[in-house]
Amino acid sequence: MRSIWRTVDPDLARNAAALGAAVFVVGCSFGAIAAAAGLSPWLAVAMSVLVFAGGSQFAAVAIVATGGSALLAAVAGVLLNARHLPFGLAVGDVLGRRWATRLVGSHLMVDENVAYALAESDPRRRRVAYWTTGATLFVSWNIAVPVGAVAGARLGDPAALGLDAAFPAALLALLLPALRNRRARAVAAGGAVIALAATPVLPAGVPVLLALVALPVALFARPAPVPRGDTTPGEGDAPAPLAPEGGRP
Amino acid sequence: MTLTAILLLAAGTYAFRLAGPLLGDRIELSEERQEWLRLPAIALLAALVATATLYSAAEFAGWARVIGVAVAALAAWRRAPFVVVVMAAAAVTALLRLAGVP
Repeated sequence: MRSIWRTVDPDLARNAAALGAAVFVVGCSFGAIAAAAGLSPWLAVAMSVLVFAGGSQFAAVAIVATGGSALLAAVAGVLLNARHLPFGLAVGDVLGRRWATRLVGSHLMVDENVAYALAESDPRRRRVAYWTTGATLFVSWNIAVPVGAVAGARLGDPAALGLDAAFPAALLALLLPALRNRRARAVAAGGAVIALAATPVLPAGVPVLLALVALPVALFARPAPVPRGDTTPGEGDAPAPLAPEGGRP
Repeated sequence: MTLTAILLLAAGTYAFRLAGPLLGDRIELSEERQEWLRLPAIALLAALVATATLYSAAEFAGWARVIGVAVAALAAWRRAPFVVVVMAAAAVTALLRLAGVP
């Protein structure tokens, strides 16, 4: 391992540090929002260490905060994390064949270090990028969450502070970069309409899962072929990563 | 959120993470299939954003929250950093409530 760390170049170190700082602030907001939703600091920390996937953590806490059951929140969170399967296929070579590195490296797999690893073509630099970024984010995230949770628990009335608006805003920021292609927009619109229509009549949490019924909409929204040399930035059909710029595990 | 639910979420997440490296030698997912694995997340997130913006339990959440989220949406669309988006939502909603908007 030591030989890997010795090859961390200044560029990579600077990127990892910047991401770590961004994730620290996001982790603080997760801790504060979790506290507002009634999670004890201990549960918030357990969740962050064991799950280590910010989007699903925000989503699960939002479902519980709106009255959904903890089980539904967990199911929705797991579905959100299904995107790690193709990530793992893409960076499998980075984790090698040893069980120890596979088991530990898999837990550190988030949008950002996968993107960093894929940006490197040299196998050695891929490994360094993956492990450095992953480890930095893990440490940063898990220090930030208890800081935010303890601070959030002392802030006072969550409604007066507008924290109930912070939930959907955080989720929207996570969703927006993924809406660049037409099929994703069709599924998002369908899911939102279904959930809104079902909320007054179904138990809390169920309407969100019912939104999955919108998936077949994608079949009718086949991405149009993009004419060569006529691609508009942001309007192409290239799949976008499900991550905001600026970082979050 | 209970500890059991957290453990369930953690186990499911870890299973998806570990599956890739373990299956990597055997299968190759096309770009098309990879997109299909991303779409459920998009449907769920959109549903969450919509319901958490407009409803408090089964009732309308009130204009303070809706306007707060709308301002945040504008900030996110203009590519403001994550933290600015979240703070904008909370600050606008808190100020509107201070001014008496429900």
